[in-house]
Amino acid sequence: MAKEKKTLNLNFGPQHPAAHGVLRLILQLDGEVVEKADPHIGLLHRGTEKLIENKTYIQAVPYFDRLDYVAPMNQEHAFALAIEKILKIEVPSRAKYIRVIFCEIGRILSHILNVTTQAMDVGALTPTLWGFEEREKLMGFYERVSGSRLHANYFRAGGVHKDLPSGLENDIDEFCEKFPKIIDDLETLLTDNRIFKQRNVDIGIVSKQDALDYSFSGVMLRGSGVAWDLRRSQPYDCYDDLEFKIPIGKNGDCYDRYLCRIEEMRESVKIINQCLKNIPKGPIKTEDGKISPPPKKELKESMEALIHHFKLFTEGYRVEKDEIYTAVEAPKGEFGVYLISDGSSKPYKCKIRAPGFTHLQAMDYLIKGHMLADVPAVLGSMDIVFGEVDR
Amino acid sequence: MKNLEDLEKFINSELTSKINNSLIKHETIYINIDHDELVDVISFLKTNKETKFRQLIEITAVDYPENENRFKMVYLLLSHEYNQRIIIDYSIKENGVISSLTSIFPAANWMEREVFDMYGLNFKNHPDLRRILTDYGFEGHPLRKDFPLTGHNEVRYSEEQKKVIYEPVKLEQNYRNFDYESPWEGTKYIKEIKKS
Repeated sequence: MAKEKKTLNLNFGPQHPAAHGVLRLILQLDGEVVEKADPHIGLLHRGTEKLIENKTYIQAVPYFDRLDYVAPMNQEHAFALAIEKILKIEVPSRAKYIRVIFCEIGRILSHILNVTTQAMDVGALTPTLWGFEEREKLMGFYERVSGSRLHANYFRAGGVHKDLPSGLENDIDEFCEKFPKIIDDLETLLTDNRIFKQRNVDIGIVSKQDALDYSFSGVMLRGSGVAWDLRRSQPYDCYDDLEFKIPIGKNGDCYDRYLCRIEEMRESVKIINQCLKNIPKGPIKTEDGKISPPPKKELKESMEALIHHFKLFTEGYRVEKDEIYTAVEAPKGEFGVYLISDGSSKPYKCKIRAPGFTHLQAMDYLIKGHMLADVPAVLGSMDIVFGEVDR
Repeated sequence: MKNLEDLEKFINSELTSKINNSLIKHETIYINIDHDELVDVISFLKTNKETKFRQLIEITAVDYPENENRFKMVYLLLSHEYNQRIIIDYSIKENGVISSLTSIFPAANWMEREVFDMYGLNFKNHPDLRRILTDYGFEGHPLRKDFPLTGHNEVRYSEEQKKVIYEPVKLEQNYRNFDYESPWEGTKYIKEIKKS
């Protein structure tokens, strides 16, 4: 007697440890096989774009920290670059190096989180414990330079807020010396691990063509064998002067994406090392008083500095009428800012292009035909952070 | 096409009747079209060997309440092969219906849903046009310029009813929007000195 086919609807999340935040996934199951996945997002929607339209350009920067909150400075970078391009600001070379150092720290922060939680989703707990210890150190660097561990608010149009405190360069250097060993340790736990491979190899395969069609970027794209990295193809700041490799996957499955991330961390360490070696002395933000605030000392002596300071923190600087799209290679992919300015001191429109949004969109395509247990593995390899998906 | 100037010429000659104007700035080509040409232009840019804009980066809208055609739709495309970006835009009325791009780029699905959610613009031939970012049962379109920043409803847990309830927004202090912008544009003679 033929059995009657019954589909089961399963509600995954919004509160689920493997959902990486507040994802509500409605799964249609046939036995253990997923037939359809419908992600419901927006549970963390805070209306960032609306808020930015109502704030001056300086006040808008902290909102970017709160998007992808595991790599805050990478996002500030895109916004700062957009304003700089419209206003044609010359950024001092030291500032460029500082920004790149902290962007790469952000990349390591994000990749550690992703690699270790991906491992946790498929059953390995130790990598998380080891990895988070390193994240703690990196967030320490964030704190020393900006005053806060996560929401840095450090990059400005025209440079960065403050110079590196003394001793920080040495400590970052020391970290870079030790960190590759930690990556090796993580790899001994995962790369050849039988269980980890069984759960990730040949799971969630993305072909080259589909990766393009679904607007994938970052590791999701490189894991499928497309050699595309904005740091190389459309270099910003000082990436042009640095040497680094771009790891590319072959099969486009979860395992290749994991390998790409591991290699990217190694490359990031190399980039930071080069930056620390070549970082010049000098100013850390543009000296144009109309855009960056004057040093505190001058406020007590110079009337002009006082006026500039007052105008900057009340009115803010005005940005001439223009329309621009700038993108950076954030850890998760292409993070872009589409900015329309209207000559006032507030953006008229600021559309944030979050890589996670397009990646999560492909959930249905990626998971169709897989088992229920593969859902967390695929989700983990996509590197979703809801701060940026929901905005 | 290797460089942007050639590409601009090529697009203009291939799509003469479909493009209103084009412009190069910030290493990007900006072209303005009419809505009726959208699908043709996009599929041409995607498939043509000289352009190969094979990745859709973003779809968004901009609200200009004072214009007759209130919304400007914006499409951003990227070509990996030639390392170029293009921005396509057109104006559309508030009640205009937009052709969906989902058949050309599957990634357009959520992007169009977001535009529908945030600006209330309708798409035809979209497989699944639902709200995406806002709450279930949400009313209004948050990114329209006439939508208040504070929103209309707030949510809290009610101890009496033992459930989460919606109430109209009640602020202890009204949202204050100070106009700091100085109308003063500086003296003329300083600008003249700077110029010379």
